[in-house]
Amino acid sequence: MAKEFELNEVEVWDGNYAASQALRQAQIDVVAAYPITPSTPIVEGYGAYVANGYVDGEFVMVESEHGAMSGCVGAAAAGGRVATATSSQGFALMVEVLYQASGMRLPIVLTVANRALAAPLNVRGDHSDMYLGRDSGWVQLDAFDAQEAYDMTLCAFKIGEHLDVRLPVMVHQDGFTTSHKAQNVYPLKDAVAYKFIGDYVPVDDMLDFSRPVTHGAQTEEDWHYEHKAKQHKALMDSRKVIDDVFAEFKALTGREYKRVESYMMEDAEVALVLLGSSVETAVLAAKQLREEEGIKVGIVAPRCFRPFPFDLVRDALEVPTLKAVCCMDKSAPGGAMGALFNEVSAAAYSTKARPMMTNYIYGLGGRDFAVDEAKRIMREQKAHADAGHITTDIQQFSGLRGPKLGFFQTRRG
Amino acid sequence: MSTGVLGTDKRGIRELGAEEKVGWDEVTQGVVLNSFEGTVSDIPHKKAEERNYADFNSYTATVASWRIIKPVYNRDVCIDCQNCWVWCPDTSIVSRDKQMLGIDYDHCKGCGVCVEVCPTNPKSLLMFGENEENEAALAAWPEKKKKEK
Repeated sequence: MAKEFELNEVEVWDGNYAASQALRQAQIDVVAAYPITPSTPIVEGYGAYVANGYVDGEFVMVESEHGAMSGCVGAAAAGGRVATATSSQGFALMVEVLYQASGMRLPIVLTVANRALAAPLNVRGDHSDMYLGRDSGWVQLDAFDAQEAYDMTLCAFKIGEHLDVRLPVMVHQDGFTTSHKAQNVYPLKDAVAYKFIGDYVPVDDMLDFSRPVTHGAQTEEDWHYEHKAKQHKALMDSRKVIDDVFAEFKALTGREYKRVESYMMEDAEVALVLLGSSVETAVLAAKQLREEEGIKVGIVAPRCFRPFPFDLVRDALEVPTLKAVCCMDKSAPGGAMGALFNEVSAAAYSTKARPMMTNYIYGLGGRDFAVDEAKRIMREQKAHADAGHITTDIQQFSGLRGPKLGFFQTRRG
Repeated sequence: MSTGVLGTDKRGIRELGAEEKVGWDEVTQGVVLNSFEGTVSDIPHKKAEERNYADFNSYTATVASWRIIKPVYNRDVCIDCQNCWVWCPDTSIVSRDKQMLGIDYDHCKGCGVCVEVCPTNPKSLLMFGENEENEAALAAWPEKKKKEK
């Protein structure tokens, strides 16, 4: 039996430590991991719990991230509660197996400290790895600070393992800005946290010898499509379970989460849509701009990146006063508009308000995104709103040195 | 499609791909395939024909359509050494109580390993074209080779 870890009502934890504590409290059967910056301390912390008797499960050191996720898939198919952690290049190496995990409907939890993808090699935080996972069939939750990294990791087990979902779940936090920033975190006692998550209920586990099963079958054109459709439906339908788990978590802790967080949107004329630790920056900037210049700015932050909250993004943007929305993508767009821009614009297109949509690429490789720059972008949205049309290029770059870079102009107005 | 060497069990009773094509709402979660119908016990001690294989177990399917050469088995020369049974990568040598019964043509891919490992003189298993009749093959079986001095 694992020892109880004594916790204070308030602890000073960074995002990595918060995630590793949540993993410990989940009483995981198998963690197979290969540490990588900036998520190394999650694995390191978990390893220390194992060594010091706070964990009963197995901790498997592997030769790569591909091996880590493969070990997780095997252990999950065998019937265990399973989790790991990674970032960036490690995430990229895992990608092949991420698709296996979701297709095989194995509720593995992957904690990710987001980091840029090489080249050029870079250890700082942006959302390239998170975006790389967006078609992998996983639920993707985004924690904006250390408390949320802890809370979302607990919720992740409960969401993924729900019998109506049975899908793997990623919990993202921003590399360094969240993963290495210590702040006050209110943890649950071990027993309370475990009770919230609940015992693992195995499904089609390979260790059930009374019902032998084959995992990982091959299907060609006569079966593959039906299986992918069923998987997609499970991911789309997980929205309700996510809402229910968040409601249960609020009842337990008083901390409220939604698939789409929105701030000051009730009377907003312009809005920023963004993810991660930048949300706090943007909310602060919006409050100041409302006070200082009377610009009615709102912020929309999808906490649930997958399944994409088309429903709640639309609800958040269905504001009669809303005229201009800027979607901010912290990932190199690779020859397209940013993914958040594309997806939020698609949702906004079927609203009555149908606001003007623009796109900023920002923060790549850990480039700072500060309050003044957020305000500048908000003022620019106000200029679009006043002019009645988009006054800049549709895609622009925030905090970039050199000649102004931008793409595409509006044909409205 | 054949009824198999044993004649009575579910081995190779359907063509691969002949299974009912159900819709997305009826496929198994996670592409999991059950090996047997219902729950089972003591499977390792049951012979294949005693096991209630599920429809999606390849045991019940004919999966050898791409074979172009086949092994033919000659009972008259065989010494029941079980070498072929041990080596066959597709469990297509059917043997009961250490007596060789024949080839499972629903699962044999024609790799020829059984012929390679057969120790008798002449061999008790030889490869023939897929379309040759087994009777004709047996009638033309080679004589015992004399040791060269």
